[in-house]
Amino acid sequence: MNHVVCIAYVPDTETKIKIGADGRSIDEADVKWIVSPYDEYALEEAIKAREAKGGTVTVVTYGPARADVGLRECLARGADEAVRIASDGLGEADSLGVAQALAGAIRALPCDVLWLGNKGVGTDAQTMVPMLAELLDLPHANLVTKLEWTDGGVVAYREIEGAREVVEMPLPCVVGAQKGLNEPRYSSLKGIMAAKKKTIAVKKPADVGVDPAATTGEKAAVRWTKLELPPARQAVKLIPADDPGKAADELVRLLRDEAKVL
Amino acid sequence: MSNVLVFIEQRDGKIRKASFEALTLGREVAAKTGGALGAVVAGSGIAGLAPELAAYGAAKVFVADKPELALYSCEGYTAALDAAVTAFAPAVVLVPATSMGKDVAPRLAARRKVGLLSDVMSLEVEGGRLVATRLVYSGKARATVTADPGASLQIATPRPNVFPASKGAAGAGEVVALDFAVTIRAKVVKMDVAETGEIDVAEADKIVSGGRGIKGPENWPVLKALCHELGAALGASRAAVDAGWIDHSHQVGQTGKVVSPTLYIACGISGAIQHMAGMGSSKVIVAINKDAEAPIFKVATYGIVGDMFQIVPALTEAVKKSKA
Repeated sequence: MNHVVCIAYVPDTETKIKIGADGRSIDEADVKWIVSPYDEYALEEAIKAREAKGGTVTVVTYGPARADVGLRECLARGADEAVRIASDGLGEADSLGVAQALAGAIRALPCDVLWLGNKGVGTDAQTMVPMLAELLDLPHANLVTKLEWTDGGVVAYREIEGAREVVEMPLPCVVGAQKGLNEPRYSSLKGIMAAKKKTIAVKKPADVGVDPAATTGEKAAVRWTKLELPPARQAVKLIPADDPGKAADELVRLLRDEAKVL
Repeated sequence: MSNVLVFIEQRDGKIRKASFEALTLGREVAAKTGGALGAVVAGSGIAGLAPELAAYGAAKVFVADKPELALYSCEGYTAALDAAVTAFAPAVVLVPATSMGKDVAPRLAARRKVGLLSDVMSLEVEGGRLVATRLVYSGKARATVTADPGASLQIATPRPNVFPASKGAAGAGEVVALDFAVTIRAKVVKMDVAETGEIDVAEADKIVSGGRGIKGPENWPVLKALCHELGAALGASRAAVDAGWIDHSHQVGQTGKVVSPTLYIACGISGAIQHMAGMGSSKVIVAINKDAEAPIFKVATYGIVGDMFQIVPALTEAVKKSKA
């Protein structure tokens, strides 16, 4: 059984976000980049499946050259091959543009299950799983916290508001990983050494059937026109806690009369 | 620009609150575009929902009523939405940014090869295009985003709990039955509903959250009692989830849910950057923590420096008293 895992290489969740000089993107200086945490669950589940049933795991990303570091980390954890669709020098693509490029690359790969995180931490659009499934004409389940294998398919447990949906689907299919699916492994020293020797296949968008002139920059279907930090909050009003009962009464009064939220 | 179509989410024949919010927003957008407001709902035995939607201004209600749509499936519900788009030819489609909406809207966008403004917190119409703001980097920044005005269709998913729901001038509510072929490969065979009466943090108007200061899973009842009095959802920090004290579905923050309730009460939460990113856009934040230096006090509206095991039960009593 063959697996493809899409990853996003994103600013570390601990990174302080600064606005770039153009006022519509982040200042990338001093940003530490990581494989998006949800994609790690996707990769782990693919590697586990390959260990149990054989086959290959190929990781794919869309991004600039720095993303090779993230791909190599995935190789070190156990992926077999890596493909990067190079966005170097191109304008920004929106979710649809990225999905079209990824779908183009995936069509050329052996793929029984396509795995990715339910969202990339960064743009937080949470659109890639259904978009890829649609472009590749595959069934999907997103927000998956548990997965079981059946004869020719999977049972995916999907986390929704106040409930859990049990989804059955045949292969080939797309699975969007949610925290809880597994505990991702660390890279082994042996894995790191082996990953160094592997070649990352770098493709241009045109190689995967996408014309960047039609999907990036001014032509992207969605554009960010401005990026700003959230408005600063007012200084905290501290309530003395010497007497918990009085403090609680005062808090309720403030919530009701001043903030008007009760 | 003209017609506006809103996807309505129902579970067990009940329309979810986020759908009324989206429908209200749709009515405002339609007033600006000068088009008609339509609603589309999928399910089984749901034809009776149309009057409720008309009360919010829907002129047309597209109904996809089939036994195989009784439980949600992305393929089935997207086919219904797509059929309504064909029938109504809207310029704008709004889908609530719930877990269902965030499943259906991207499928529709990819099918129609158009952009999607995801999880928006404000939505305007400027010169024939939608302009929205949304939180990015888990709430550490706010982006203004805009759709391509030349696109055949512009799609946005409004975040639950951000836009008000209100009835308006009633629409005609003309029911239009949708006829379309549907092939469902990913089938929902079962839905396990969580503890009765539990509200999900993603949908909640009020949230009471616990962190490392809760000390262990045996102490959640202290917070649950306050949740009960306030009608609030129970949230948790990553520290509490990673310690195995509570399920991840409660987690608020960068690797959990990004929430914007009107009231967020953080109990025993120090305020790691990932957590504050996830709740920083709450209208009013209350911090209860022993440590006066905890970063959570920097974003809090009201703070009490003290032992949460004394303060929270007192607060539960005070809320109860105030309702009497």
